[in-house]
Amino acid sequence: MKVIPVLALGSAVAFSASTASAQDATASWSYKDIADALHLIMESDRTVYTRLIVNRLQNEDKVIKASEHWKDDKALVLPAQMFRYGSEMVAEKGAAFTYSLLSEWPINKQNAAKTDVEKAGLAEVGKTGKPYYKEETLGGKKYFTAVYPDKAIAKACVSCHNDHKDTPRRDFKMGDVMGGVVLRLPMK
Amino acid sequence: MARTFTRNAWLWLLWFGLSALSTWALWLGMQLKEDAPPPPAGFLRTAFLPGQTSHGHHQIEMACSTCHGSEAFSAADVMQDACTQCHAAELKAADDSHPRSKFTDPRNAERAARLDAAHCVTCHVEHKPDITHAMGVTLPKDFCSICHDDIAEERPSHAGLGFDTCASSGCHNFHDNRALYEDFLTKHAGKPDLLETRTVPERDWKTVIEELYESYPIDRFPKQVLTQADAPAGKGSAQVHRDWLETGHAQAGVNCSGCHMVPPAKGEPPAWTDKPDHTVCSTCHKQEVKTFLEGKHGMRLAAGMTAMTPAQALIPMKSDAQQEGIGCATCHGAHRFDPVKAATAGCLACHADKHSKAFAASPHAALAKREAAGELPAGSGVTCATCHMPRLEHRTDDVRHMSVQHNQNDTLRPSEKMLRPVCMNCHSLQFSLDALADPALKDSNFKGKPSVHVSSIEWALKDAERAEAERRAARREGDE
Repeated sequence: MKVIPVLALGSAVAFSASTASAQDATASWSYKDIADALHLIMESDRTVYTRLIVNRLQNEDKVIKASEHWKDDKALVLPAQMFRYGSEMVAEKGAAFTYSLLSEWPINKQNAAKTDVEKAGLAEVGKTGKPYYKEETLGGKKYFTAVYPDKAIAKACVSCHNDHKDTPRRDFKMGDVMGGVVLRLPMK
Repeated sequence: MARTFTRNAWLWLLWFGLSALSTWALWLGMQLKEDAPPPPAGFLRTAFLPGQTSHGHHQIEMACSTCHGSEAFSAADVMQDACTQCHAAELKAADDSHPRSKFTDPRNAERAARLDAAHCVTCHVEHKPDITHAMGVTLPKDFCSICHDDIAEERPSHAGLGFDTCASSGCHNFHDNRALYEDFLTKHAGKPDLLETRTVPERDWKTVIEELYESYPIDRFPKQVLTQADAPAGKGSAQVHRDWLETGHAQAGVNCSGCHMVPPAKGEPPAWTDKPDHTVCSTCHKQEVKTFLEGKHGMRLAAGMTAMTPAQALIPMKSDAQQEGIGCATCHGAHRFDPVKAATAGCLACHADKHSKAFAASPHAALAKREAAGELPAGSGVTCATCHMPRLEHRTDDVRHMSVQHNQNDTLRPSEKMLRPVCMNCHSLQFSLDALADPALKDSNFKGKPSVHVSSIEWALKDAERAEAERRAARREGDE
């Protein structure tokens, strides 16, 4: 039941829906509420994909592998890639909000923290395991930025990151905070 | 005093009048879709071209609105839409390493302020011949340093390398790195110059047309061999009838009327036409015509202009090349539609650059001759089309099959795009990288061995060794 207002709200924020009911809905939700709602969907979808598709088919049933080079290897898309492709599609559709998966130990160095809020946020969620919220100005525009801890929820996360050629850290364990989801909402 | 004022007034009036007339003529010139609009609009349109247009767009330079739109001339979003109209699909297919979303993300705002790569024209400005270099790039060649100036920290092997060599060394491309990423390089390391099996994929269109529900009109042309032409009396010579009868169309149930009976205008009943154009071919050959229109041969037609002629090319063409507009029948020849002829003779009827002229004496041509003579298995020969119009996997919702890519530019630039679909059918990745990086070898149509060596595979192997040593050390630490 909770999913419906959350989805309606997400759409209202993302695409500036102009109906009166949608406006009413946004008026009663804070930036933090909206960010939490969007993140809840992202986190749940990725967990479903990681557990029910990747972990089941790759690790338990061993019928297909997941690979960074999924197209060449005719394999499943990695959970982190599934998340990133979704984020790129959201950006291509011209949504106002953006999100990305960053880490203090990124395999792709372009996914290291860049802004001050990203740096402080990743350090904080690593320590507390709880979300971090802050306003920041980028390119002359003001954003509400939320950083959510990204934990190792499946063996595949840990083994892939510990073994990857370009990883800067090889001692991740299940349940560790491996990075963070950074979500930005433009502020009025 | 009064007389001076009057004369000035007349001069002002004349100036305004002439300005208004020029503006109107220019505006009219921009509005017209035809490539050769009548004077004065046509003259003014040519006169107002700000500079020579690049290889990529010169054929459509007189159709200003194709890129500039018809209202807000040169508005960033209008031009961006025009770029993506033609190029978005190929960038997507190439797993673009620098998609637009990287630069619209606020976390990259500071970078985007230095390099607004969310807009194609930031790096590819048209009509600027003095600053245009490979790939139509108009930024200084060391542009990678704008975002990757600290690359040596991540890749110590890159310390001291000039940023103008990133894309010119055969190691990286800005958009398409499908054959250049490290794991691909290491996966294909250590293979012999000539692979054990050396054939290109077979076309399989014939076998899948019944499954192509949406793109092939199987109801209109049920698969059955025809023996009786249905052309009106007096149409077509005996040779034309024989060519049709002995080849694919008669065997696939496509009679004369299938191509020659065409509605002259939308909504009108079909009437006989002697020379059906590419739109008729696309009734069944959708993918082939679509890609033809995306390439240099068909892009004028795609822009609503008259067809490209060899005389309009910027690269050397034979002086006796036909000067009619290029359509499907130019290379394929009507009625016989001989793919073997189209694959080499079709190209060499016009193209006269060094690479084309050297083809006949090349090792690739020798293979094509041996295949034609039945000395080698099907797919062993190498024609112009093998490399420039390769057989690629084409996926639809219905079926997956091999079809000929008719956009000759798809594998041409940057040349590393040719590695996977073409070169690596027969050669190792190392040999192919070296050969494509050797301009003299390209001129001789690959007669001989590469004199250039691209080091990227060795570097990738070295990096893989470093990573393996790190893995082992981490495991030891974990055990302790």
